[in-house]
Amino acid sequence: MPQDRGVTQSGLAIRRMSASSEPPPSPNVRTGPEYAKLIDISRCIGCKGCEVACKEWNELGIEPTENFGSMQSHRDLGPDTWLLMRFNEIEVGGDLQWLIKKDACLHCEEPGCLYACPSPGAIVQYENGIVDFNHDSCIGCQLCVSGCPFDIPRFNPATRKVYKCNMCVDRVEAGLEPACVKTCPTNAISWGTKEDMVTLAEQKVERLQARGFDNATLYDPAGVGGTHMMYVVPHGDQLGEYDLPADPKASPGALAALGGLRKLGASALGLGILGTALHYLGFGPQEPGAAEVPSNGVGGGTAPMSAGGESRPTVESQATGESSPTVPSPPTGETPPTGDPTGSTEG
Amino acid sequence: MTPDISRRDLLKVSALAGGAGLVNALGFDLKPAYAAARELKISNAREFKTVCPYCAVGCGAIAYVHGSGGLNTVNSIIHVEGDPDSPINGGTLCPKGAAQMQLAMSPRLEKGPLHREAGASEWTEVSWDFAMDWFARKFKDSRDASFVEEDEQGRTVNRCEGIGWVGSATVANEDAYLITKTMRAMGLVYIDHQARI
Amino acid sequence: MTNHWKDIKNADVVLVMGANPAENHPCGFKWALEARDERGAQIVTVDPRYTRTSAVADHHMQIRPGSDIAVLGGMIHKILDEGLFHEEYVRLHTNASFIIEDGFGFENGLFAGFDQAQGAYDKTAWEYERGSDGFVLRDMTLQHPRCVFQLMREHYSRYTPDVVAQIAGCSAEEFLAMAEIVCSTGTADRVGTIMYAVGWTMHTVGSQIIRTGAILQLILGNIGRPGGGINAMRGHANVQGATDHAIVAGILPGYLKVPGPDQTSLASHLEASTPRPLVPDTVNYWGNYPRFMVSQLKAWFGDTVGPENEFGYHYLGKPADDATWLSMWDQAHQGRLEGLVALGFNPLLAGPDVPRLLRAMANLKWKVVIDPFMLDSAEFWRAPDVDPAEIDTEVLYLPATHWVERAGSFTNSGRWAQWKEQAIDAPEGVRSDTWILSELFWRVKELYEEEGGAFHEPILNLQWNYLNPREPGLEELAAEINGSDLETGQLLSSFGQLRDDGTTTSGNWLYTGSFTEDGNMMARRGTDDPSGMGFHHDWAFSWPLNRRVLYNRASADGEGRPWDASRAGIRWTGERWVGDVPDYGPTTPPDQAGAFIMNEEGVARLFTTYLVDGPFSEHYEPVESPTPNVLHEDVPTNPLIRWYDGVQETLANDDDDYPYPCTVYRVVEREHFVTSNVPYLVELMPDFFVEVPEGLAVEKGIENGERVRVWSKRGEVEGVAVVTKRIKPLTVNGSTVWTVGIPVHWGFKGITTGAMANNLTPFVGDANTSCPEFKAFLVNLEKA
Repeated sequence: MPQDRGVTQSGLAIRRMSASSEPPPSPNVRTGPEYAKLIDISRCIGCKGCEVACKEWNELGIEPTENFGSMQSHRDLGPDTWLLMRFNEIEVGGDLQWLIKKDACLHCEEPGCLYACPSPGAIVQYENGIVDFNHDSCIGCQLCVSGCPFDIPRFNPATRKVYKCNMCVDRVEAGLEPACVKTCPTNAISWGTKEDMVTLAEQKVERLQARGFDNATLYDPAGVGGTHMMYVVPHGDQLGEYDLPADPKASPGALAALGGLRKLGASALGLGILGTALHYLGFGPQEPGAAEVPSNGVGGGTAPMSAGGESRPTVESQATGESSPTVPSPPTGETPPTGDPTGSTEG
Repeated sequence: MTPDISRRDLLKVSALAGGAGLVNALGFDLKPAYAAARELKISNAREFKTVCPYCAVGCGAIAYVHGSGGLNTVNSIIHVEGDPDSPINGGTLCPKGAAQMQLAMSPRLEKGPLHREAGASEWTEVSWDFAMDWFARKFKDSRDASFVEEDEQGRTVNRCEGIGWVGSATVANEDAYLITKTMRAMGLVYIDHQARI
Repeated sequence: MTNHWKDIKNADVVLVMGANPAENHPCGFKWALEARDERGAQIVTVDPRYTRTSAVADHHMQIRPGSDIAVLGGMIHKILDEGLFHEEYVRLHTNASFIIEDGFGFENGLFAGFDQAQGAYDKTAWEYERGSDGFVLRDMTLQHPRCVFQLMREHYSRYTPDVVAQIAGCSAEEFLAMAEIVCSTGTADRVGTIMYAVGWTMHTVGSQIIRTGAILQLILGNIGRPGGGINAMRGHANVQGATDHAIVAGILPGYLKVPGPDQTSLASHLEASTPRPLVPDTVNYWGNYPRFMVSQLKAWFGDTVGPENEFGYHYLGKPADDATWLSMWDQAHQGRLEGLVALGFNPLLAGPDVPRLLRAMANLKWKVVIDPFMLDSAEFWRAPDVDPAEIDTEVLYLPATHWVERAGSFTNSGRWAQWKEQAIDAPEGVRSDTWILSELFWRVKELYEEEGGAFHEPILNLQWNYLNPREPGLEELAAEINGSDLETGQLLSSFGQLRDDGTTTSGNWLYTGSFTEDGNMMARRGTDDPSGMGFHHDWAFSWPLNRRVLYNRASADGEGRPWDASRAGIRWTGERWVGDVPDYGPTTPPDQAGAFIMNEEGVARLFTTYLVDGPFSEHYEPVESPTPNVLHEDVPTNPLIRWYDGVQETLANDDDDYPYPCTVYRVVEREHFVTSNVPYLVELMPDFFVEVPEGLAVEKGIENGERVRVWSKRGEVEGVAVVTKRIKPLTVNGSTVWTVGIPVHWGFKGITTGAMANNLTPFVGDANTSCPEFKAFLVNLEKA
C-alpha cells in the first residue's frame, strides 16, 4: 500500500518529519483541524485517572516505584509512564496551595524533539498538531530528550528507544478524544480544535480572575510556537512551582544546519559524523559516551515482529551500515525494499 | 513489580508512515516507508454496558470484549472505558474505574475452592462438591447447636445465635436480596455488611 | 443521598464535611465543580486535613477529628442568633412550632430523663405536648418557650464562635469566615448542599453529627430542593442496595424492622412498627407498614403462609440484643459464635482493633470466605505474628464471580438502581454468589429433610420457585423484589398497590416499580433531561417510584410555588404536581398535607425521639481525646456508648502518652483492599504511608520519606512518612494539637503489602448505629 504523499496509511497528513525537509503539500489528503488538549489546573484534583487511562489504553507496563514521601506515583516520567501527576505544596500569600500538574508531552508547534532527531521519520508532526515517535525508526540516540525544552521523552535501555505521549493518535485518527481526556473525572481536561481550546481557556482565565486568581493565565508558550497541550494556570506567577518553564524555546535551526551537510553525500557519511555534527550544534547528549552510541550501534534492540511473523532485521544489523529497511513491512507480507541508502542513517 | 515490556512492544505498533516525495536531511529521496497503522483496538470489539464496581457514584462503563461470543470462544475484556451517555459520569472514570480491565482479567483471581484444616499451615484444593457439602454440614451443625426456639421468658424467638454472616456491598441487589431472604429464613440474626464499617 | 450526583450542579454552596469526594468519589464530585464554575457556587471543605477536595475548594477550614458537632452547632447558633434562617420554610416544613412537654431540659451534658443505672434515656421526657384531640400542640409564631424552635435556640446557644474554636482547634475568626459562606443559603433564591460520608458516621456520635447537619439544612430551608439536601456518599458499588435489601442487623428489606422478642405476634410487631399521625394533616406513609411487611413475608414463604400462621411471622429470628458488627465480633471474642461466612468482604482489615479481631476469629470453629480474590480474612491463620498451628479454625475459601461475570443491578448513592450487563462468562472453577447461596440452601434443606434438627419449617417453606433452582436468574429475583398481585399474576408498578391481606407480594417495597409489566426499569438508558435539572427520569430507576429528589414537596411553598422558579423541584399547576416525581400525592393540593410524608408529624424533625442519645445533638469527645470536654467535663463522651467487655482497658487514659489525634481514610488510587490486586493502582500508590504534619516531623526529627512508627494502645503500624504542610497545628482548648493521618488500604495479601491501619483503631461504636469510631483516636509516633 504505497502512499504517494506524506501521510499515514489511514490518512493523517504529516506536517514535519525528523531529519527531513518539509514535505510537499498533500493535495489529496484531508488535513482536518488542528487539535489541542486543555488542562484546567483549577479543576484538577490529582486523582491520576488520566495516568491510568494512558497506561491502560496504550498498554504500558508497570514501572517499579515506591512511596518517596509524596502522593506522586513516580519520581519522574518514564518510558512506560508517559503521563505523571506532579504534586507540590506551597504557600502563596500565607495560603496553602496544593499545586497539581499533569506532566506529559505538550505537542509543541515547533517540536524541539523533532528538530533534534537525526533519524528520518522517527519523529513526525501531523497536520493535526500531534507529535509522534515512530519506534521502528528510532535509533535510541536520545537527541530528542536533549532537544525537548520540557524534558519529556524518556529512554528505555531495554528496547533502546525513546518514548512519550502520542496523544492517543490512534484514537484521534478514529474520531475519539485521547484516553486521558475521556477519563478525566472533573472535566479538568478538555479536547477540541486548538482554536476552540484557546477560546475556552480565555473564558476559564476570566472566570478564575473573577474568583480572585489575579494571576491566572493560559500557558501556550510562544517560544515553541504554542503547544497542543495547554494549561490554564490559576497561579500564573508561580510557573516554576508547577515545573513549567517560563520561556521554553525550540527552533528548526539545527535541522537547517544539517541541510548543509547534504552535499557531503549520505552514503559516505557514517553516523559518527552525524552524531559529532549534532553534538557540535549543541543538541548532543550530555553523557560523553552517549554521543558515541549511534556510531557504535545500538545492539540489543529487536524490532517488533510484523503481523505475519516474519523476522525483522535487528537494529544492530542496521547499525553495521548494512542497508536494511527501517520499519517492518506491512502485514500484507509485501517485501520491504532493501539496499536503500536511507538505511544508512538508521544504523 | 516488573516492567511488562514485551507485551507493550508487541502491541504498540507505531502509527507512522513516511511517503514518497520526502527527502532526508542528507538530500536523498526517501523510498516509501510505512508501518501498519495501529488499528483502533476496540473497533471490532463487542460492547457491554456495565457499572463501575468501586465506589457508589455508579459510573456507567463500557466493557469491550474480544471474541464473537461463539461457542468455541472464551471471551475476554480488552478494555473498559466510561459510558458517555451516563448522566452521572458522562464517560469519565477515576483511576480505579479506568483500571477496571485489570481487575476483571486479573491473573490473581482464584480458580477453585480451597480448604484449610485446623492447625494446618497450607490450603488444600478441594472440589466444589466437597466444599458445598462441608459448608452445609458446618452450617447445619452450628445452627442446630445454637438455635433458640424460646427464650428464658418463654417467648418464641426462633433465632440462630451461633452463625454470623457478613457481606456484601459488592454484590448485585438481586443477590443481596437473596442473601437476606435465605439467611433470615435460616434464623440468623448476626447479619451485617460494609455499611456498618 | 436525599438528592443525587448530578443535582449537585444546582447548588450555590457546597459544604464538604466528613468526606473527601475528590478523593473518594471523583466522578460525582465533578458536579460540585460544575456548580462552582457554571453557577459561581462556593465549595467549602471542613476537615482534619487539607485534602484533594480542598485543593479545588474556595475555602478550607481545618478542624480536630471528632469536633464536627461543635462546628455545625456553632453554625446553627449563628443562624438562629442572626436570623439567617429561612423562616417560612422552617414554619411550614419543620416541627419548629411543635410544643414539647414540660420537664424537658438539658443540664451538665445530659438531656432530661437519663437513667444512670440503665445507661439510657427515658424518652417520655422528650414527648410532644398533645391537645385534647390527641394531636400535637403547635405555636406557629415560634415564640412559645417550649416550642422546638425556642428549645433549639437555647440548646445551641452555648456553641459560640469561641467555644467552637476551643473545641475544634481553629480560631473564632476562621470559623466565622467559613460559617459566613455556609450560612448564606437561608433564602428562597439560594440553596446549599452538604456532601458527607464516613467522616461523619464513624464516630461515637456519628448519628448525631448527621442530625446536626440535617438541622442546619432544615433551618436554611435546603432539604427537598434541587441543589440542596444532605447527601451521604457511599463507598462501595452497592452498599446502598445491600442496605436497602437489608444485609444489615436490625432491619428487613425496605427498612422494615427485625422483630424483637417482646413482639410476640405479628399483630404486636405491626402495632409497634406502625406510627400514628401526630397532626391531622399528615400522609404518615409508614402507616402502610403492615402492607409492606405482609407482602414481604408472602414473597418469602408463598402459599405456606397466611393469616392462619401470621404470614410466617415466627419464621423470623428475634434477636436478644444488638446484632451489629461489633456485637457479632464480641460474640466471637467470647467464643459464642461457631461459624462465620464472609461474602465479598474482608472483615479482618475492615474492622477496628485488628489484634482483637484476630483473637475473635481464632475462636471460630469454622469460617467460609467467598470472594473472587484470596483475602487476608481467609488467611488470618497466617497473618503476621500468627502461628497457624495454634489456630484451630477450619476455613473454606470459595472463588466467586465478579461484577462483569454476572448481570444484576447496583444502587448508587443517589438511589439510582442501574442494571449492568454480563460481559464475560465465569471462568472454569468459579461459581456465582447466586449459585453458592442456592447450593448452600439446598444442601442444608436436604440435610434437614434427611436428619431433622432445630426448627426448620421456614427452610422447608422458603419459596424457591426459580427456573433453575440451583442458580436463580437475576431477572427472576428482580421480579420477586418488585412484587406481584397474586390475584392477577401481574407485576406491580407501585407500592401503593400493596395490600396487607396476603394477596400481593413484594420482596422490597422500595423497589416496587423497578421491574414491571413494562420491563426492567433499572436497565433504562434514556438520556433526556427536558427540564435541564438533571432528573433524567428515563435513566435507570431511582427508588422510591423513580423519584430523584426526596422530600421534593418541600422545594415549594405553601401554595405549591417553587422557592426558586429557576430551580424547581416540583410545582403545583392547580390540578397536579409537575417536575420531578412528586414526593406527595400527585393530585393532592399543596395545603392538604405536610411535605414530609414519611413522618407522622408531616414535617421534618428538628427535634426527634428516634435516636437513643438525645433529641438534639450535643458535642461529646471521642472516646480517646486530647482534651477534656469544655462544655461539660463530667460527661466527656457520649453517655449512651455501648461498652463491650475489656474494651475500656484498650483505650488511652490520662496517664498514657498518646498525644496525637489520628484519623484513617482512603486514597483515590485505592478502594479498600481489592485494589491491591490491580497492578496499575498499586503502581499509583504503592506503599503504606503516614501523613505527618511538617511541624511535628521537625519536632520528632523525621525527614520526608523516612520510615515512621505509629502506635496506639491497641497496636502499631510502620510506614513511609509523608511530611506535609496540609495538616497544621491546632490550638485545642489552649494547647497545641497535631493530627496524624493514615490510609487504610494495606494488608498482608496483595501485589504490595503493608501495615494494617486498623491495628490502631478502637473497638467502640456510635450509640445509635454502632459504626466504629475509626475517625478519631489517639496515637504516638517516632522515627522508625
